[in-house]
Amino acid sequence: MRLIGDQVKKVAKLANLPLSEEEIVKSSEQLSKILDYVDQLSNVDIKNIEPIFNVVGSSNVMSDDTPRVSLSQDEALKNASQKKNGFFITKGVFEE
Amino acid sequence: MNDDLTKLTLIGTLEALEKNEFSKEELNHAYLGRIKELNPKLNTFLNVQESSNGIPAAIKDIICTQNIVTTAGSKILSNFLPPYNATVVEKLLSQGISVIGKTNLDEFAMGSSGENSAYGATKNPWDLEKVPGGSSSGSAAAVAADLCTFALGTDTGGSIRQPASLCGVVGLKPSYGRVSRYGSIAMASSLDQVGPITKSVADARQVLEWISGPDGYDSNCVQNGFTIKDLRFKNNLNGLRVGMPKEYFGKGLDSGVEKVIREAIKKLEDLGAEIIEVSLPHTEYAVAVYYIIMSSEVSSNLARFDGIRFGSGREDFGAEAKRRIMLGTFALSTGYYDDYFAKAAKVRTLIKQDFEEAFEKCDVIVGPVSPTVAWNLGEKTADPLTMYLSDAYTIPASLAGIPGLSVPCGFSDGLPVGLQILGKYMDEETILNVGEVYEQNTECHLRKPNIEGLEGVGGLGNE
Repeated sequence: MRLIGDQVKKVAKLANLPLSEEEIVKSSEQLSKILDYVDQLSNVDIKNIEPIFNVVGSSNVMSDDTPRVSLSQDEALKNASQKKNGFFITKGVFEE
Repeated sequence: MNDDLTKLTLIGTLEALEKNEFSKEELNHAYLGRIKELNPKLNTFLNVQESSNGIPAAIKDIICTQNIVTTAGSKILSNFLPPYNATVVEKLLSQGISVIGKTNLDEFAMGSSGENSAYGATKNPWDLEKVPGGSSSGSAAAVAADLCTFALGTDTGGSIRQPASLCGVVGLKPSYGRVSRYGSIAMASSLDQVGPITKSVADARQVLEWISGPDGYDSNCVQNGFTIKDLRFKNNLNGLRVGMPKEYFGKGLDSGVEKVIREAIKKLEDLGAEIIEVSLPHTEYAVAVYYIIMSSEVSSNLARFDGIRFGSGREDFGAEAKRRIMLGTFALSTGYYDDYFAKAAKVRTLIKQDFEEAFEKCDVIVGPVSPTVAWNLGEKTADPLTMYLSDAYTIPASLAGIPGLSVPCGFSDGLPVGLQILGKYMDEETILNVGEVYEQNTECHLRKPNIEGLEGVGGLGNE
């Protein structure tokens, strides 16, 4: 599997990862090499084999809907780079 | 006197404190003095807690400690002050343990050499020009250099066992679900486990009892606290069936390492164990499966680092973190999911079944932890794939969720070699017992590195 520059750019956008032109070129090479290696999985007969996503077998574990002690607002905001009036500042959702 | 304190095992330290042979102040003074002297050479600690006043433990800097900076080895979290302790830290504090320092690691636990840390590479205490292994590099080096009574690490594909092997100390990856990960910064959630790195097997057993069991915050850790019981095997291994997988002794295994491992297995036989050849036929696919599943989970877990609630922006990820986020995002993306992630998850089933079939014939499986001893700093950094292949013997157990122990078993080219002992799911008891009998009947674990006599290669360079 070869990944070319445009594909790498698309993946970087999906991953919200700002990559430089140099990083794009290097990523194309290294990811292609890793994907070539991974292609050996095509040699395995996986017909009728169920996948494992979790060895314990648990999935969608729900907790009881009861309130419990959690972080205070101050503690939750302590590590934020930008905050205002007790809230996080984030990028606008509806702006371009 | 001071040096003697720091040479004691955890169990030895607990016994000496019980008998009032020295105080906790003297104990911490001795360790802090040794850290001050040796940390500049080794770069094991990212921060040191001068106020440590309990039994001093080193904690991998991906495990959250309340109001002690926790970086995960990343530039992104250079100022991150966790508002709470990880469950494993709370459990240790309640036993009279204190955090003497946070240890260096590959960024977000992604690496096999320690060289992916944003804070410079850790050096191997046996040879300052060699890597200590990774990603729990600082934890393994700190235990080997007697800079703490024991350490905690995390293991996703070998990150406890491999550095323990390369540094000549004991490392235990518990079964998946044995220890709560609450407060341990997630890398790949279907694989991550927290575990001890210690000076003896008995120490690892003690720490596992302390840190295991559910807390209600890790839904995969539900009912399985580990409790210390009387050892089944005392001075011999009569009646033990040891499986030797032929796939762990093939191409890629260094001949010096192979010789040491075969001698260790001979020793198990001399102690009364029956050695049985077993097969784990899908071993060759484990690295490929792992790099798809792990990277996919990484891409999801690391999406939380958006610079809003904590940390800086995503441009501050290091090269390996970026590579894995890219690989994982690709493997999960529309049009490629079935070819990569779904296929890998199916081959993972076959790898797990390999172990289940092998364990019908034996009680434990043994082999090398690492195909080579510690390599030169910088030797593999240019080629990610070569670096990945160095985890070929530790990854299969991670994918199957079973426990694995690394026990020092000798030296090759003057560098430590670790014997890997794998057990059935939730059967840490047997692998620790076998490790302990082996340790008591051999002497290589008594050898200590002579760090004071080593000369480093100069400053602590960032990659």
